[in-house]
Amino acid sequence: MKYVDEFRDGTLARAIAARIAKAVDPGRTYHFMEFCGGHTHAISRYGVQDLLPGNVVMVHGPGCPVCVLPIGRIDMAIELATRADGDRPVTLCTYADTMRVPASNGMSLMKAKAKGADIRMVYSAADALRIARDEPGREVVFFAIGFETTTPPTALVVREAAALGLPNFTVFCNHVLTPAAISHILESPEVRSLGTVVIDGFVGPAHVSTIIGSQPYEYFAEEYRKPVVIAGFEPLDVLQAIEMLVRQVNEGRAEVENEFSRAVTREGNARAKALVADVFELRRDFEWRGLGRVPYSALRLKEAYATFDAERRFPMSEKSVPDNKACECGAILRGVKKPTDCKVFGTVCTPETPIGSCMVSSEGACAAHYTYGRYRSAA
Amino acid sequence: MSEVRKGYVRPIDFKRGLVDMSHGSGGRAMAQLIDELFLEAFDNEWLREMNDQARVPVPAGRLVVATDSHVVSPLFFPGGDIGCLSVHGTVNDVAMAGARPLYLTSGFILEEGFPLADLRRIVESMAAAAREAGVPIVTGDTKVVEKGKGDGVFINTTGVGVVPEGVEVSGDRARPGDAILVSGTMGDHGVAIMSLRENLSFETTIRSDTAALHGLVAAMVGAVPSVHCLRDPTRGGLATTLNEIARQSRCGMRLEETAIPVRPEVAAACELLGLDPLYCANEGKLIAICAAQDASALLGAMRGHPLGRDAAKIGEVVEDPHHFVQMRTGFGGSRMVDWLAGEQLPRIC
Repeated sequence: MKYVDEFRDGTLARAIAARIAKAVDPGRTYHFMEFCGGHTHAISRYGVQDLLPGNVVMVHGPGCPVCVLPIGRIDMAIELATRADGDRPVTLCTYADTMRVPASNGMSLMKAKAKGADIRMVYSAADALRIARDEPGREVVFFAIGFETTTPPTALVVREAAALGLPNFTVFCNHVLTPAAISHILESPEVRSLGTVVIDGFVGPAHVSTIIGSQPYEYFAEEYRKPVVIAGFEPLDVLQAIEMLVRQVNEGRAEVENEFSRAVTREGNARAKALVADVFELRRDFEWRGLGRVPYSALRLKEAYATFDAERRFPMSEKSVPDNKACECGAILRGVKKPTDCKVFGTVCTPETPIGSCMVSSEGACAAHYTYGRYRSAA
Repeated sequence: MSEVRKGYVRPIDFKRGLVDMSHGSGGRAMAQLIDELFLEAFDNEWLREMNDQARVPVPAGRLVVATDSHVVSPLFFPGGDIGCLSVHGTVNDVAMAGARPLYLTSGFILEEGFPLADLRRIVESMAAAAREAGVPIVTGDTKVVEKGKGDGVFINTTGVGVVPEGVEVSGDRARPGDAILVSGTMGDHGVAIMSLRENLSFETTIRSDTAALHGLVAAMVGAVPSVHCLRDPTRGGLATTLNEIARQSRCGMRLEETAIPVRPEVAAACELLGLDPLYCANEGKLIAICAAQDASALLGAMRGHPLGRDAAKIGEVVEDPHHFVQMRTGFGGSRMVDWLAGEQLPRIC
């Protein structure tokens, strides 16, 4: 497959692996956090760690949109989908990944659907808008989740709904921001004072950076002295980014470098950014699973588009629900623990019966390790 | 004034007619549907006896029985439809015991309001598939459910066959050191179905691989009667089927990613949709496991048959107390090929 196989080439991979092996200082350990779930998935699926020397350790970050969604927000979505008091019955449109995330009282969107709620899986925000147009008798709510990559499509459908004057379409907005999460991790006591989490650099987001550009990461390089290398989601991208990070650390540099230059510029996608700025504004704070309330880390619809905001159209109350006590998703999302440190990993928590969100999404650290790598810990 | 002809029965309107409740009531309308459609299409000496059961001669040996219900959506897809699929699916399940399929039965559940034209198309496709396979449909049943209680048509088929003397094929017979072979490209059926789903439709030339595999199996068993396991990787694809065998045989497996045949267009569609071809359904492919020293003879027999042209050796059976299926990736690392979690795509067959 052209433009894909080139980035999974085994011969090239061995060449880069050999360079990394030669470059690393055997007297130290390198800890790099891959922020994105897409990188976590690629590392596990292609066995990237098998090509790394033992002293290069990858730490999984919180960049999995399904994983960081707290239970309270899922509860709110279920409540919306099952409300029966309005004039029009509700149809909740969601990306497939969120369907199986465990919510309160043993519920999930999947179970709510089985009980009769009209919950439909869609592949894009535009599908949800189409359903609203095709079925004017239903109140169609798009359950919008994701980082900066999925935000512009949501903005686009909100603008389109406004242009059409659609009365039966709203967005339940859960869009979150990458730089705020990175700051939060770098400010956490585990990284700053306790020293329990060592991060020598970041493999920076791929798709997110196509929108926001590489510029927002410059702050982390300057302020926290952490190298950032933006990398694509193909395994060769990740391997090359690791090589670039090793060289920065060895040379005492802390810069933003761009391995994913075939798609990412310093400024990012100006039109997409303008679109987002037109439709959304910052929330004062937002709850993340694992990270708690993070200031200015999420978006909501601007006043001008308030009629398309599900949180304003329907009586919804923000809830904060603690995670299952046995579940370590929070610590795993902060990079404090590994999936195998969790007592329920692979026993009661499996992809079939997930306890926490990291076991649900294919981008989650637990699901990736369980599906692709658990033979390593079993051996 | 028109003359009323005695004994005249107006033929079923297969152009514009719809299934109604009377077609499953046991009365004249049902008898007429059976006569004009099912009997006409499936015609054979046993069905013609018009009994509620078929009395059929059975050769000596061990009998194999398999049953399969088909609920695929959409009913018509590139490369096939629910009719031929319901024949191939059950013929293949019988054949995977190393058996020669002899007879099929068919049970239809029709939804009120289903176009008779579509039903005829499905039944004719089923009849053609049965004829081509040389396996007659010897008895059947038709029920009709109210509109909204079904989805057009569901078909159950049951097949019987006999296993030749000396053939001992079973999912628990894989042994460390055995070779793992597949008969061709993986994931074609799943991706063909997916390309038609309402919220997903994309242009593609991928066709379902639906086919009856008993001819291929006969050639394989003829060449290597000691073949250990045969299975068709339908729902859950290659990955899930290998995990089933690993669990049954209490062993592990090691695959080579680069050896697994996948059409470039299937790989591309999966890439786009975030799917893995190893988990996509097949309806005309099989997995074979045999002793290492028999692998080249078996592979030769497979490649000599039109349905096994792209056959390949993809890995080997290993000892593993955890019964894991592992794979060396083309990238140079290794990973597990786990059971399918949840549902990759519902109602694929």
